[in-house]
Amino acid sequence: MNLIEKLKAGAVLLDGAMGTCLEGGGLPAGSPPELYNSLKPEEVEKIHRGYVDAGCDVVCANTFGINPFRYADCEQMIAKAVGIALRAADGKAAVALDVGPTGKLLRPIGDLPFEDAVNCFKRVISAGVSAGAELIFIETINDLYELKAALLAAKESCNLPVFASCAFGADGKLTTGASPEAVVALAEGLGADAVGLNCSLAPSQMTETVKKLYACASVPVIAKPNAGLPQIADGKTVYDVDSQTFCKDMLQLLKAGARCVGGCCGTDASFISGLKKLLKGFTPLPVAQRDKTTVCSYTHALEIGDYPVLIGERINPTGKKRLKQAIQEGDFAYILGEAAEQAEKGVHALDVNVGVAGVDEKKILTEVVAAVQAVTDLPLQIDTSDPAAMDAAMRIYNGKPLVNSVNGKKSSMRAVFPLVKKYGGAAIALTLDENGVPPTAEGRIKIAKRILREAKKYGLKKSDIVFDTLATAVAAEGGSATAALDSLRYIRGRMGANVSLGVSNISFGLPDRDAVTAAFLTMALSHGLSAAIVNPYSDRVMGAYKSFMALSGKDKNCMEYIDFASRDAQPREAPPAAHTGAEGLKRSITRGLKEDAARLSAELCSTLSAQEVIEAHIVPALDEVGAAFESKKIFLPQLLISAEAASAAFDAVKPYIKRVGTGKKLKIVLATVRGDVHDIGKNIVKTMLANYGFAVIDLGKDVPPEKIVRAAAETGAGLVGLSALMTTTVGAMESTVKLIKKQLPHCKCIVGGAVITAEYAAEIGADAYGKDAMQTVRYAESIEKLL
Amino acid sequence: MNILTGNPAKIDRAEAARYAGYRGDGYDVKLFDECEKIILPALSLKACYAVFPVARGDGLDLGFTRTHSRDLEKNLSGCSRVALFVATAGAGVDRLIAGYSAVSPVRALIIGAMGSAAIESWCDEVNAVITRTYGATKPRFSCGYGDFPLETQRDIFRAMLPEKTLGVTLSEGLVMSPVKSVTAIVGIKDEPD
Repeated sequence: MNLIEKLKAGAVLLDGAMGTCLEGGGLPAGSPPELYNSLKPEEVEKIHRGYVDAGCDVVCANTFGINPFRYADCEQMIAKAVGIALRAADGKAAVALDVGPTGKLLRPIGDLPFEDAVNCFKRVISAGVSAGAELIFIETINDLYELKAALLAAKESCNLPVFASCAFGADGKLTTGASPEAVVALAEGLGADAVGLNCSLAPSQMTETVKKLYACASVPVIAKPNAGLPQIADGKTVYDVDSQTFCKDMLQLLKAGARCVGGCCGTDASFISGLKKLLKGFTPLPVAQRDKTTVCSYTHALEIGDYPVLIGERINPTGKKRLKQAIQEGDFAYILGEAAEQAEKGVHALDVNVGVAGVDEKKILTEVVAAVQAVTDLPLQIDTSDPAAMDAAMRIYNGKPLVNSVNGKKSSMRAVFPLVKKYGGAAIALTLDENGVPPTAEGRIKIAKRILREAKKYGLKKSDIVFDTLATAVAAEGGSATAALDSLRYIRGRMGANVSLGVSNISFGLPDRDAVTAAFLTMALSHGLSAAIVNPYSDRVMGAYKSFMALSGKDKNCMEYIDFASRDAQPREAPPAAHTGAEGLKRSITRGLKEDAARLSAELCSTLSAQEVIEAHIVPALDEVGAAFESKKIFLPQLLISAEAASAAFDAVKPYIKRVGTGKKLKIVLATVRGDVHDIGKNIVKTMLANYGFAVIDLGKDVPPEKIVRAAAETGAGLVGLSALMTTTVGAMESTVKLIKKQLPHCKCIVGGAVITAEYAAEIGADAYGKDAMQTVRYAESIEKLL
Repeated sequence: MNILTGNPAKIDRAEAARYAGYRGDGYDVKLFDECEKIILPALSLKACYAVFPVARGDGLDLGFTRTHSRDLEKNLSGCSRVALFVATAGAGVDRLIAGYSAVSPVRALIIGAMGSAAIESWCDEVNAVITRTYGATKPRFSCGYGDFPLETQRDIFRAMLPEKTLGVTLSEGLVMSPVKSVTAIVGIKDEPD
């Protein structure tokens, strides 16, 4: 019986600890256990054999800490470790390649790029497979994104069974915030054969998390706890739970739904023998098929089903001039502002679409998805018709994505279904095909059935598809709303699948659109709509949703409705007369009143040219604040508050600017140098420069010198600004300056950051030292004058 | 190895204001209210510590590292044991800073400053636990202070494995992530005060 069959038949017994057992046998604390594979292979084999003799079904090779970041010869080390485990198992137990975390944190929090993590895991897994491992056991992962990298690597390098086990904390979450439901959604989506938790906690601390995992998992649940918490006694680490207590508490975990059990730090063969006895005659809870449509972000899961959810539609350039412009100009701040604001309005997920003619959609979509995920923890709906862009965005998305969309056309299904299968997503399926949108419900239902049949050929389930029965302009075709609603009711009721609608389209071409859209949303919800793509800024539409939830009893005690209605009722203060016009604009910038600044500058554009508003009002106000900062009358936060208000004013003026490229000639490249991940200072400089009208190309943090030089050359930048905050990275700053001076002798260089001084700047050959953001602005202005 | 978790109730605002660049007593109360409300639920205070013996001879041997740092040696006079700790305010703060950098630089600045204040207060708490457990202690000492090299971070990470227990990692360039994380050595005095 192979392992997967065993898992189907009943509980599976895993092994216990390796590292802490080796420490007990003389390995000095803090020295890596994997070194013993070469130094004392007989010790390692003895520990494995102890577990095999205790009756375990799986032994994990001593490979936890081996990866290419730590060891150049990781392949040989893995081969050796797996060889030892195979010898010890001797056919009596399956040998797992034990895959631990990389030891680095992925971007955006850490400095490890996602693909580097995937490649690191691929090397480890390929080596394990070649060495004869029979199972990939990914364990002790505490970041959902890293779990995704490891599972993807496993899927792309082998066909072996894969177990995914995370180190949940006592708070029931991973250290980067992921819930058990999110872990299950992601791991199952990426094809894990079992999912669970190990390390960090004693068995008694795991019960709640095991229950949560079991409640949503359609694969077996793993529990591999520590023997309690480590304590230091007489200079040695000991764990505070003995094997008897351990087994007693493990029974609770088994009853809560665990099916694969073993021990982590502090356990030994006696614990596994105890578990063996416990499992004799024990029947674990069944592995149930949940058949739920679930997607997740890096923190939480979102179920699409009986509780209708809202998806914000604002990050979609169709019919939105300002967003189109933002996408073309790479103005992420505007896009992220939309993300944050929609989240504030209470939607459950965000649609992200950057389809604008002439942009590299694959590149922009992945960048925007990553950037939006840095601002909000809402799940995203990746919205594109370009399969290459969809592939890339699904890959780097931190979580299990919803994709928008596939349709009944053969070419569409051929392109999208493999991606949904591979990355574990859920797809919105439009009920249209080569012949367009059927005018009747029957036609749409027919396509839905065909889509479902085809999806199953790719190994997808009904729960992986959310049908969209297409809301099209009722003004253009009288029957369009009925067709959408009738097919919605059929698909929900008879086919048992979920349905989503982009409700706003229904009112296209009509006056007072929100009234029609809100009524349609209410109708669709009462027909069983699972998800609605909406404009969350419309109070009427949001009100319709909140009312429906209250009326249908889904909003218990109407709490959410009351919250919504009272938030809306907050009085808005009218500005005093003195705070209007040009004076008011100046005041709003110096005092940092963002909304006033935006409103007043837009108002001024009706009487003045955009250029005049900027040059005669916004910049002078900013200058006044800058001068106050330079003379230490105000401090950095106040300067930034004003800068934000000025940004809002610029943004409001932007649509009135006729010719593109007004403002300054000088282009400026900014970057935090290689090895340094601090970028608050650099971002402040960027904000100020942008406010003064300079075109800023921000390369982010931890940027290698070559990339900075390339960007400066490609954009024709006349100035490069470099930031470093750490003593260890000033070396990188020096080499970057040298490279710039060598390859782009006419490009100026200004450096700054906590550890940089004017003397040091001169010493490494920089043209200037920027003590703070204002000084950098002044320097940039002096260069601009020479152009 | 001992693992501690903390429960952040409030932020030391005076300290945060100082980190943010305010001088004097004033700060924008409304902005601070807002940022404190944002950062508090995102904080996840965790720490681990272990005690090591100090051997003197050719420099200092602390069990997890050897060093010739004179400044540390001075700090550890009268101590034959040290507690080594790693503390973090969690990855949530990094996410907030990254997010707000794009939409509101001033909030990114204030949240960053509040994160610094939070990790400093948390280190004080961790330090207090160590002091309560072992009697009198010396002021805590971190890599990069005086002549105590930053490279020692690698030894600290090897000994404590905070990647596993706290989710704190060290980059090639010796930068810790989450960014609001601290490692420190606390000398345990042989003679209580």
